Amino acid sequence: MLQLPIYLDNNATTPMDPRVLEAMTPYFLNHFGNSASRNHPFGWAAEEAVDYAREQVAKLIGADPKEIIFTSGATEADNLGIKGVYEMYASKGNHIITATTEHKAVIDTCKHIEKLGGEVTYLQVEPDGLIDLVALEAAIKPNTVLISIMYANNEIGTVMPMKEISAIARKHGVLVFTDGTQAVGKIPVDVNKDGIDLMAFTAHKMYGPKGVGALYVRRKNPRVKVTAQMDGGGHERGMRSGTLNVPGIVGFGKACELCMLEMESDAARTSKLRDKLQAALLQIEESYVNGSREHRLPHVANISFKHVEGEGLLMGFNKNIALSSGSACTSASLEPSYVLKALGLGDDLAHSSLRFGLSRFTTEEEIDYTIKSITDTVLKLREMSPLWEMYKEGIDLDSIEWAAH
Amino acid sequence: MAYSEKVIDHYQNPKNVGTLDKASKNVGTGLVGAPECGDVMRLQIEVNHDTGMITDAKFKTFGCGSAIASSSLATEWLKGKSVDEALKIDNMTIVEELNLPPVKIHCSVLAEDAIKAAINDYREKNGMEKIKFEESVIH
Repeated sequence: MLQLPIYLDNNATTPMDPRVLEAMTPYFLNHFGNSASRNHPFGWAAEEAVDYAREQVAKLIGADPKEIIFTSGATEADNLGIKGVYEMYASKGNHIITATTEHKAVIDTCKHIEKLGGEVTYLQVEPDGLIDLVALEAAIKPNTVLISIMYANNEIGTVMPMKEISAIARKHGVLVFTDGTQAVGKIPVDVNKDGIDLMAFTAHKMYGPKGVGALYVRRKNPRVKVTAQMDGGGHERGMRSGTLNVPGIVGFGKACELCMLEMESDAARTSKLRDKLQAALLQIEESYVNGSREHRLPHVANISFKHVEGEGLLMGFNKNIALSSGSACTSASLEPSYVLKALGLGDDLAHSSLRFGLSRFTTEEEIDYTIKSITDTVLKLREMSPLWEMYKEGIDLDSIEWAAH
Repeated sequence: MAYSEKVIDHYQNPKNVGTLDKASKNVGTGLVGAPECGDVMRLQIEVNHDTGMITDAKFKTFGCGSAIASSSLATEWLKGKSVDEALKIDNMTIVEELNLPPVKIHCSVLAEDAIKAAINDYREKNGMEKIKFEESVIH
């Protein structure tokens, strides 16, 4: 039986897997101890659980447990990784290279560093959302300390060539940080094979709880250090003070273990459903996939429907289908998605986009319902769209002098 | 953000969607907004030359639900009004009628602009001088 509403906004957050909740429950109740309490069984039980979770998390990304620093989420890990390197390596240089399509947690952290006197290069991306490796190498300067490129994009799902990026970085002795939030648990990520020195990721994008994430910090070849951004009890080997969120960490560990076991089958299933959804929606006239189709997360599609505005479109079905749009109207800023604009999309196409993020729990019935709802709404709104009418009459919309607004 | 029931109703059952013959002398067309801003409204009025009454009004809108509702409501209000009365439609009455939140006030401004643009187009076609309007405050 089809249950409404349908959730297809899994790039924002995923539902928790019930198996994760089951693993967490005892650590709210019986095993409530502080993992830093060294002198009694409550502390020991908590510490043991954290150690076990640390192994589960490390294993998923091919790291050593000692290289995992637990944080409150990916935003904190982004801040700690980038600011921490900037401060720690101040004597070596002050230049960071990143890209215009990064998440705000990275972009705004870099802007903060600029205010502190650092230098940041924001690389443009190709029309498919991928980084130009030649431009990346050309941007490296003697004072470059860090390259920060996300593993996979949250809006369009584009997967960056991390191996190639890190090979370039290595050649020039520059560290590589990646925001792995959307990729970890969904596609194979291996910090050693991928040559990653630091990586931020979070539990709630991979069927774990909100409020817990991690920063991977490489310990060997090279040994990387970050300056703590919070003062306190010196938890997490001095890099992140604050009592550990034991139940959250236990859930994070369990979520990682499940992803490790089920990633392959999840990806095979979601990509099949995603492809079905995409193929059906591309049957609609003047609809386009944004970003690379080839280098893309298996469960993500970002599609624009020309001459239909995204928020107006969402309103047609958002009681029954949860999705997000790159339209300005969905945010208070009135600016359409900066990621879509960075691909070179006109504002009109950026305003007309929907982002689909499938999950382990998405069913074919849900996809069939979604296809029908969206197709019906696009067609209905186009009947109402003056731009569609003009387009159909063969009027070049760019030739019109639109009133300044 | 939740929409008001009136916005939802106009969105689901928009009134007066369509196109009037823009070449006709008794039709005035207002096209306002811009695709890059995420809303474009086209509002048309058909005027009886003798009585000065608006006999028909149609719209097409590219935009969010509030923009669609604002233009749908505007066409409802225009029908049966004289051109002079139509000039008095103020965006804030649209805001009140539809319970638009502050971030959506620009939708009502756009509807008011579209009415004025349609009236001026009609005036121009019929040898009357265009009315100069003050710049709308909120955009």
